[in-house]
Amino acid sequence: MTAARLRIPAEANSAAWFFLAPALVLIGIFFFLPVAAAMLLSLTDFDLYGIASPLNTRFVGFQNYSRLLRTPDFWLALRNTFYFAFVGGPLTISVSLAAALLLSSKLVRFKSVFRTIYFTPFVTTLVAVAIVWRYLYHTRYGFFNYALSFVGIDPIDWLGDPAWAMPAIILMAVWKSFGYNMLIFIAGLQAIPEELYDAASIDGAGPFRRFFNITLPMLSPTLVFVTVITMIGYFQLFAEPYVMTQGGPLRSTTSVVLLMYEEGFRWWRMGYAAAIAFVLFIVILLATLVQFRLQKERA
Amino acid sequence: MTAVVHHDPGSSARQRDRLARILLYALLVIGAVMALLPMVWMVSASLMPSGEASTYPPHFFPSRVTLDHYVDLFTRLNLGRYLLNSAFVAFVVTASSLAINSMAGYAFAKMRFRGRDRLFRTLSTGLVLPVQVAMLPLFLLLKNLGLINTYWGVIIPGLASIFGIFLVRQYALAIPDEMLDAARVDGASEFRIFWSIVVPGIVPILATLAIWTFLATWNDFMWPLIVLSDESRYTLPVALANLAGEHVQDTELMMAGSVITVVPVMLVFLFLQRYYIQGVMAGSVKG
Repeated sequence: MTAARLRIPAEANSAAWFFLAPALVLIGIFFFLPVAAAMLLSLTDFDLYGIASPLNTRFVGFQNYSRLLRTPDFWLALRNTFYFAFVGGPLTISVSLAAALLLSSKLVRFKSVFRTIYFTPFVTTLVAVAIVWRYLYHTRYGFFNYALSFVGIDPIDWLGDPAWAMPAIILMAVWKSFGYNMLIFIAGLQAIPEELYDAASIDGAGPFRRFFNITLPMLSPTLVFVTVITMIGYFQLFAEPYVMTQGGPLRSTTSVVLLMYEEGFRWWRMGYAAAIAFVLFIVILLATLVQFRLQKERA
Repeated sequence: MTAVVHHDPGSSARQRDRLARILLYALLVIGAVMALLPMVWMVSASLMPSGEASTYPPHFFPSRVTLDHYVDLFTRLNLGRYLLNSAFVAFVVTASSLAINSMAGYAFAKMRFRGRDRLFRTLSTGLVLPVQVAMLPLFLLLKNLGLINTYWGVIIPGLASIFGIFLVRQYALAIPDEMLDAARVDGASEFRIFWSIVVPGIVPILATLAIWTFLATWNDFMWPLIVLSDESRYTLPVALANLAGEHVQDTELMMAGSVITVVPVMLVFLFLQRYYIQGVMAGSVKG
């Protein structure tokens, strides 16, 4: 140890807090404190009267949670959110991986051009593209039904039919977000040593065997990361149904976050909405833990 | 060179490669068309005369190019105001995020103080907490501070971010300790060291952080929607969602509004792509 090193800690301690204080104070007050408060809020009947005067608020224990579990709308929102995450998530990841594989081929040039094009939808404003897609899905004038008419498929009422509204939102979400995962996959693919493929080729393994025996296993940490990130994001579905369907038709696209928004910020049942938010948190936490556990077991 | 060309094993391999290459390009081009089509149609429809986007069969290109809808948006519908609101909010959040997160990220990476690692671990648990959980109490807190329906209500939750601290810390770890210690021996103050040694060394990650923060703030919808009730303070996405409700039939007008919302972020992305993509990679390494 040098003299300089020995001298540092005492001074550095106070200097470090000077550097940390703004961030810690802001994140503490405007993030961690509200999260903790949300827990308490979910145990009260805080509503419009509570906003007028906090004295109107009573502690109700787990009543909000038990009421949630008895409310069909909540189960429907949970089901819709799962539908979006468990169909849209794997679909997005598959498309991302396919695009990454195409762009990693040694036979292809202009990679950066294609990469930029594929990534572009990801940086766009969700609200704006949701509005664009709402028109693309128009039953009479939209491009989707026009394209389908060429293969003899009758017009689909994409956003007006409870059976089609969620698939329509999923399709848009895949388009919007596959580019992000694609970039991460490309980086993961580049990290796989070339010798593995060469050795497999010499052993006579075809492209499919090379994919399943080398690419996929070597990519599995990346795959877990991408899955976790995608699922966390997809469980928070909100703007797409808010803009495209207002949660309809027949609440078929009302997500958990949209329900929380409506209960909390439209009807001001904030205690109840806080309980919904916590259920969302638990769902996300469980899904994340399960994915990491699966990864460990396979490893 | 041999005379029996058709027995050359390289020839059939080359032919297979050519076929594969054609197939690959075909798939890539189809993908590119699908990725771009909605955006191209958005721009195209925004230039159509009223009603043309609602015809069958659908027109892909305008029969006559008109800027009427853009004029309408800026004169009658106040879009300039929303554009300024969005720009103001995004600039303030970005500037603050740069200053505050870089200081904290550097401290976590390079400064020695008690409880550093424990504190950092606690902070990182915040990454798995969905922001929506904080929204309800945050609203009540800001309401008590009189900040609901103000720009500051939108800005304050974005002033510092855990992700930003992560990003900077990871990059700052590579700064050699010797360099910092040498400056200390020379009697430089900690802030001086930060400003004239650390900051120049982490410029690339600051660029990444700036672009991410700017785009995320510009595109953010849910929180501004909750906080802002006065129309004159709306950010672009909130104003656009609101317009979309009132002008459902005005396809061309809505497309023009979407173009104005999307174009600034596209330009930022296209010019500073390298830094943006670096952020994607940095984010993935931490997992």
